[in-house]
Amino acid sequence: MSSKLASNGTFLDVAAIKADFPILARTIRDNKKLIYLDSGATSQKPVSVLDAERTFYERHNAAVHRGAHQLGEEATDAYEQARDTIASFIGASAQDIVFTKNATEAINLVAYSISNATYGETPAEQSLSLQPGDRIVVTQMEHHANLIPWQELARRTGAELAWLGVTDEGRLDLTDIGNTINERTRIVAFTHQSNVLGTINPVESIVKAARAVGALVVLDACQSLPHMAVDVSRIDVDFVAFSGHKMLGPTGIGVLWGRRALLQAMPPFLTGGSMIETVHMDRATYAAPPQRFEAGTPVAAQAVGLAAACDYLSKIGMDSVQAHEHSLTQYALEGLSSIQGLRIIGPDTAVERGGAISFLIEGIHAHDVGQVLDDRGVEVRVGHHCAWPLMRAFGIAATTRASFYLYNDTSDVDALVESIQQAQKFFGVK
Amino acid sequence: MELTSMYQEIILDHYRHPIGRITLEDFDSEVHHVNPTCGDEITLRIKMDDGVVSAIGHQGQGCSISQASASVMTELLEGQPLQRALEIEAEFLTLMQSKGEGKPNEDLLEDAVAFSGVSKYPARVKCALLAWMAFKDAALQAVAQTVEEQ
Repeated sequence: MSSKLASNGTFLDVAAIKADFPILARTIRDNKKLIYLDSGATSQKPVSVLDAERTFYERHNAAVHRGAHQLGEEATDAYEQARDTIASFIGASAQDIVFTKNATEAINLVAYSISNATYGETPAEQSLSLQPGDRIVVTQMEHHANLIPWQELARRTGAELAWLGVTDEGRLDLTDIGNTINERTRIVAFTHQSNVLGTINPVESIVKAARAVGALVVLDACQSLPHMAVDVSRIDVDFVAFSGHKMLGPTGIGVLWGRRALLQAMPPFLTGGSMIETVHMDRATYAAPPQRFEAGTPVAAQAVGLAAACDYLSKIGMDSVQAHEHSLTQYALEGLSSIQGLRIIGPDTAVERGGAISFLIEGIHAHDVGQVLDDRGVEVRVGHHCAWPLMRAFGIAATTRASFYLYNDTSDVDALVESIQQAQKFFGVK
Repeated sequence: MELTSMYQEIILDHYRHPIGRITLEDFDSEVHHVNPTCGDEITLRIKMDDGVVSAIGHQGQGCSISQASASVMTELLEGQPLQRALEIEAEFLTLMQSKGEGKPNEDLLEDAVAFSGVSKYPARVKCALLAWMAFKDAALQAVAQTVEEQ
């Protein structure tokens, strides 16, 4: 795989990488070359991920953790090996990795487990419970998935919700962090990297403020973990949530990593089969983590696919992926800034910033920008990006967002820039 | 080019010079509709006189398709008896759900036939329908109110 390592300065050999992604060879809207710039929404899948899922179904498919037949054993092995691979990808132990349906469910798992703990009887559960007057702190740049579960948890428990604001540049405003994360704060939940602004948030400073008041820290790593090395043994947080489909893996699988002592103390969120220890008509006891949090038939094929995605990324190296995207982001910020009437929403330099770039075009609504781009095969995201409060903070309704991954190169950025200029011509604003 | 089938000159004209983009001071009902997938919104007021839609005013923000559609709709429906206005609305809805296969009734829809190209793009159909759904809602509320008053 050394052929795919950084060979052209800090850029990866994108031609070789593109060849691994069958979908990138197709055309769009009357034979236009596909320029996929929407990996922030979902990434494309390399053939090795598709093969891993297909092989699982063709050779080993059976229900996991049930029965004693050979296929069942093979399926269980594949599922648990996938857990090992995914755990090592983030520097974790397999027993601290919980598979969920997606990252949204992973965050809800934490929020609902904490509210279930509020009704709990054991000292461990009570240590997690929230009381009226307790505080949950989020930020103004959260995706709805890391906002609404906390709004609802606050509503159910009587806790209050507070948040860190965003500066005009699109960074977190930490000037008042000591007052926002106050002594009543029990949970601090924030995104590692904004899906709209691209901003990479200062995990260390926020964790320090949270630790000073004994609050739990929940990190939404959906937009960071696919693009940079995230080692849970090095960042002092309590929970990390991420999704499979944004990191070359299949849809239908998300991951929650949790600190072991916390997972052990937490009551279940979803209940049913697979998560029990013993069951009577009127009561049940529960399995140890991670099974306690994996009710129902496990997502075996998805886990196998996600493990193949981790392998693919590991072979290239996450530091190389990050360096590539950093260079590409720098190139794109320069190209976009040269367009008259274009305003970047978010940091306009590549410092502490990932490859999701939101922008406005004066005189053209984001939907219309997206339509012209799509007509030229350039696939971007338009709208509020599931971060409606952030849009309000900037006084806007929608942005156009281009987001990059390891299979994008400077020619994709050139196509983006040209297409935006075409949109300006088409709508007569230039 | 596909793009020009969506963005016909009529649509772009209405986008640049919208009709009815005003706040009615004298009105019978007001509704606020949003498109939750993109955040576009419209506040629409209508005035009824003896069963006729006498005035429509709309404010809000949105793409060219949603803004132009509100403008075309205002031009078409103002002055129509409510029954006729709802017939036009139903015809427009059918056209927008036609996936580009519809044969628009030009007598009924006039300028609104320009939106038939939009119906090929499922993601944009909601944009074109935003104002029309708001109108229908406002009209039904105005009627319900009249019934109550009687």
